[in-house]
Amino acid sequence: MKHFKHLTKPYIVWSFVFVVIPLLLIALYAFTTGGNSVKILDFTLRNFVKFLEPTYISVFLKSIKLGLTTTSICLIMGYPLAYFISKFNDKAQDLLILGVTIPMWINLLLRTYAWLNLLADNGIINNLLSIFGISPITMMYTDFSVTLGMVCNFLPLMIIPIHTSLRKMDNSLIEAAYDLGANRIQTFRRIVLKLSMPGVLNGIIMVFLMSISTFVIPKLLGGGQYLLIGNLIESQFISVGDWNFGSAISLLLAIIILISMRLMKKIDPQDE
Amino acid sequence: MIAPEQAEGSPVYKYMNKLIEIRNLTKNFDDQQVLKGINLEIHENEFLTLLGPSGCGKTTTLRIIAGFEEPSDGEVLFDGIEISKLPPYKREVNTVFQKYALFPHMNVFDNVAFGLAVKKTEKSVVKQKVDRMLKLVGLTGFGNRDVTLLSGGQQQRVAIARALVNEPKVLLLDEPLGALDAKMRKEMQAELKNIQQEVGITFIYVTHDQEEALTMSDTVVVMNDGDIQQIGSPTDIYNEPENRFVAEFIGESNIIEGIMIEDFLVEFDGIRFECVDKGFEDNEEIEVVLRPEDLDIISPKKAAITGEVKSVTFKGVHYEILVETNTRVYMVHTTDYSEVGLKVGLSFGPEDIHVMYPMGSY
Repeated sequence: MKHFKHLTKPYIVWSFVFVVIPLLLIALYAFTTGGNSVKILDFTLRNFVKFLEPTYISVFLKSIKLGLTTTSICLIMGYPLAYFISKFNDKAQDLLILGVTIPMWINLLLRTYAWLNLLADNGIINNLLSIFGISPITMMYTDFSVTLGMVCNFLPLMIIPIHTSLRKMDNSLIEAAYDLGANRIQTFRRIVLKLSMPGVLNGIIMVFLMSISTFVIPKLLGGGQYLLIGNLIESQFISVGDWNFGSAISLLLAIIILISMRLMKKIDPQDE
Repeated sequence: MIAPEQAEGSPVYKYMNKLIEIRNLTKNFDDQQVLKGINLEIHENEFLTLLGPSGCGKTTTLRIIAGFEEPSDGEVLFDGIEISKLPPYKREVNTVFQKYALFPHMNVFDNVAFGLAVKKTEKSVVKQKVDRMLKLVGLTGFGNRDVTLLSGGQQQRVAIARALVNEPKVLLLDEPLGALDAKMRKEMQAELKNIQQEVGITFIYVTHDQEEALTMSDTVVVMNDGDIQQIGSPTDIYNEPENRFVAEFIGESNIIEGIMIEDFLVEFDGIRFECVDKGFEDNEEIEVVLRPEDLDIISPKKAAITGEVKSVTFKGVHYEILVETNTRVYMVHTTDYSEVGLKVGLSFGPEDIHVMYPMGSY
């Protein structure tokens, strides 16, 4: 084993160059002013103070709210789906999971664009409704369209980890629970659900992480005025050009995600 | 503690109260018939073992009794009531699984308490019962341990306690000692037997290990290929195998085709021997079982059957010696060493000859 250790060295260098250094740079930008000037480092907390302005705080809270909504919907839809899939034989399970992942092979942008045609005021859904004499419903550029877009894009991220934890569960544990007098509901609650908690937690973390930081979906389905924290960061880098403020928001977001992941891991699936 | 009436007598007849009756049970998986219509009675307090090679249907039989499989045809009567359609959680049986199937997210106490917890038993009663069970299996003080960190033998004990705490009428055990090492297995065999006698319920035990079956059981059911081959006490099964399969599966044996000349007289290898078997037709073709440990090597001058030592293998307690005669090779187990190539004679008494019907006609 010893001489294999040297083989990890290139990866350590690689991750240092491409992960650690950029992170340090973001931290450096967040605590300084003066854009790309690296000759004079003007340390300040101004970028963080700026974030406390009501406009930005409301964007932040909206992002959190939307992230939580998306995660909850994904969980409510994803768990039964994952459970249902895990009841099939191995071959069928592989096929169904493939079905779940196929949409992810298509570019996120395209997938999201497709909803535009469906949800627009003169889109397919409203056209169908008009056949029944229902006047057009505004669906685009609302919380509904953004949430819908996020749920559709991120649902596989919830299903896959939950399905994995359900699939690897030893069937004899379920038989043992029945054998000891637990009915179907008790068995599900006390055994299946508890043992699939690691998958549920991973799914929650993944979906929440993706939905809190996305900027493509709110931009396309929410319209130009629809600002989430991801759009805020994007605009600071791309259009406004305040890299320092953008870095500060990124850093805050990273810290918030880190804290929420910690909290999730703390939830002990073992206590009853 | 062995109850006095259990020390002697034929166990098949001493149990009066029939608890489970299996009638004409069949089970098909796809096109394959794994149970071909078996009939079996299981009594109160009986330690019954289903013994057979893998694929003989013994585990399927157990799973049907437990309720994990539904029979394709036939009946399972429990206390006279047909139960084969009942779900497992409505049956008065509990199972000890092959790989224990302990709940990994619960400690020892909660695993054992599971059956009581789902029945909403009062906490103080649960504690009392679980503690008593842990004591019975020798795990007092282990309540807070993580089950995944226990040794195989300890996990085994937790699984037994978890099943017994529900006070089932029947405990089903599916090759429970298979994952343990040889020494541990011996200890657990004795302990299982003790536990069974202490709690005084029926054990149905599935194994492919003939020694395990003979050591622990009151009744052994030998199965092969979806059929029951023989039901009897361990001594009956060993000493009076009903056919070639049973004789070969239970212990080692020399099986010789012969002719039953008349009651108490059998002929094989061209020589007539006195025996203790009767009830066959005169001149009926039969097979004779001679257990290797019943054969003795003596001087060729004194013996009816003589031959030459072909090989000698040291087996620990005894030597396994192959003696080639004019007609066949006999296997002999003896503690006395012989030289390869030595001319020897074989001796055995009338009670060592076990006559059975040949395979196929049974």
